[in-house]
Amino acid sequence: MTRTLTYVKAFNEGLAQVMRDDDDVFVAGEDVAGYGGVFHMFDGLLSEFGPRRVVDTPISEAAIIGLGVGAAARGLRPVCDLMFMDFLGVCMDQVVNQAAKMKFMYGGSVKVPLTITTAAGAGLGAAAQHSQSLEAWLAHTPGLKVVMPATPADAKGMIISAVRDDNPVIVMLNKVLLGSKGEVPEELYETPIGKAATLRTGDDVTVVALGRMTVEALAAAEELAADGVSVEVIDPRSVQPLDTDTIVASVGRTNRVLVVHEAVRFGGIGAEIAAQVQEAAFDYLDAPVLRLGAPFTPVPFSPVLERAYIPDRTRIADGCRRLLERR
Amino acid sequence: MTRAATADQSSRPTQPAVDPAGTTEIPEASVLLDLHRRMVRIRVFETEAGRLMESGLLPGFLHLYVGQEAVAAGAISTLRDSDQITSTHRGHGHAVAKGADFRQMFAELYGRVDGYCHGRGGSMHINDLSIGMLGANGIVGAGIPIAVGAAFAGAYRSDGSVAMAFFGDGASNIGSFHEAANLAAVLHLPVVFVCENNGYAEFTPQARHMLLTDVADRAAAYGMPSEICDGMDAVAVRAATLRAVDRARAGGGPTMVEAKTYRYYDHQGVKGLRIAYRTQEEIDAWKERDAIKLLESRATAAGAVPPEQFAAIWEQTRAETAAAVAFAEASPEPDPADIARGVYSE
Repeated sequence: MTRTLTYVKAFNEGLAQVMRDDDDVFVAGEDVAGYGGVFHMFDGLLSEFGPRRVVDTPISEAAIIGLGVGAAARGLRPVCDLMFMDFLGVCMDQVVNQAAKMKFMYGGSVKVPLTITTAAGAGLGAAAQHSQSLEAWLAHTPGLKVVMPATPADAKGMIISAVRDDNPVIVMLNKVLLGSKGEVPEELYETPIGKAATLRTGDDVTVVALGRMTVEALAAAEELAADGVSVEVIDPRSVQPLDTDTIVASVGRTNRVLVVHEAVRFGGIGAEIAAQVQEAAFDYLDAPVLRLGAPFTPVPFSPVLERAYIPDRTRIADGCRRLLERR
Repeated sequence: MTRAATADQSSRPTQPAVDPAGTTEIPEASVLLDLHRRMVRIRVFETEAGRLMESGLLPGFLHLYVGQEAVAAGAISTLRDSDQITSTHRGHGHAVAKGADFRQMFAELYGRVDGYCHGRGGSMHINDLSIGMLGANGIVGAGIPIAVGAAFAGAYRSDGSVAMAFFGDGASNIGSFHEAANLAAVLHLPVVFVCENNGYAEFTPQARHMLLTDVADRAAAYGMPSEICDGMDAVAVRAATLRAVDRARAGGGPTMVEAKTYRYYDHQGVKGLRIAYRTQEEIDAWKERDAIKLLESRATAAGAVPPEQFAAIWEQTRAETAAAVAFAEASPEPDPADIARGVYSE
């Protein structure tokens, strides 16, 4: 049975279900208990699970993640919330030098089943320190997994998969998508980490879109369909690990690919996808891989500037047309 | 009222400030022998590791623990196997005191497959979950919040365990220390923060990296009790730490214990970088109160332990060390084809 839920409600339901299923799961972070999280991600958890399992912390991101690392090394399954992804800057050591490396550098003897939830993305006028999409920072670090659910069903399935995964997983929730609605199964289920979803099938061009850009890509595909252009839209869902096979298989049929994310273009995941596609499918390509991303600036505040900053359906459609002009 | 800034103390040498005769009562023979064994094991292990490194036989870096043995031995003697510790870049002493295996430790220093980390970690990443050694750490201060997490897990499961975080005077200046101390205090977690104050943050003397004389003063900022002890006296360290561990186990929350101690060797290696940052007189003054000599002489003078028993511990440890080094040298090099093993759990 499915019903329509918002993205944030679906996430919340998945977390509650996995907490009911496993007493080793707890949540810690700023305002996660009494307030339910500033985006209501954790609403109702304190009343159901109590203060032992839903823990408000001081504003101390390094200690919050460190708490999760230590508790995970002892076998618990912590869900540590980083209110905004931008706050990675104050706890990066615990994420990349501790959580990510512990298993490898300790000879494989330790598991770190830590989940870090965080709100990412621009579009709310939150400016340069509350709007970033920093998946590339994390995907570059061996030992971490990074997921970017784009639908309510995946927001639910991916928090469950992340909690049950024996590795540190960062779950990036997109702020603009929090209120978006979709069909969500009622039962507890996992969305596989490292398996892309094909959101729309098509023959002429492949669009690989991350996070909220899937919404824009689907809109662009609809617009192009009216012009007789058939667009395939792929959501990698996870950027580490990255499901290159699904992307390459699609490019083998369409021979053209556009990659779009809202993080800055330079050094973004789009560059990695483009490189992998040319390595694996060079002979299938009829045009260079096209990358769309934000310009190389911090996220601006003004709504006019912010709209100009984030790629949208118009730019995606234009990009597809440019790819198709090449013969 | 604003507190006046203290006078410039940058040229002040560190010195042993405690009664050379020792201030604590002499415990029973079994405790003395336990402390002695832990200290001798550290001293012999580290001396041999230093020799191997200076001979060019070990890759990488070594941060040797020689001089500070009383701290690891005294503090860890209060713990059970099920209690957890996090350590530092100068972590061999903590691992040895917690009961780590010499063969696997030496093999790791050599980077071999039989090492604790199968050659993936080296000196700064030795861990052994089976004895509650959650790991040394190459990042100053990073183990402190991890110990708080281990304490959280103990409290979460009500298993009666405590966690102990080791760190230096230098680490007490990094944010993770302050965040972890406050979080542990506010969550009332069973953790003991053991500051090994050896007077130097790498090559910078304490007086030039903080205006406080006692790192333990920082505990008050988090509403946490603290205690200062003579870090060259394993009996004193044990007594102070035991009070903190008992408090944690009884649900009394975290405590900070500061042990005033000294590092005989350089920040790194034995001879190190030959930077002139401390005097031979200062080093000699601390060695006068060497922790192992102090325990042996006090126990012998009081008739608590016959000297032959101490001699036997030295002898056994040297034999164990020689065998462990031979084991490490015979251990195979890791296979580069296997390089990615252990990055992720399957």
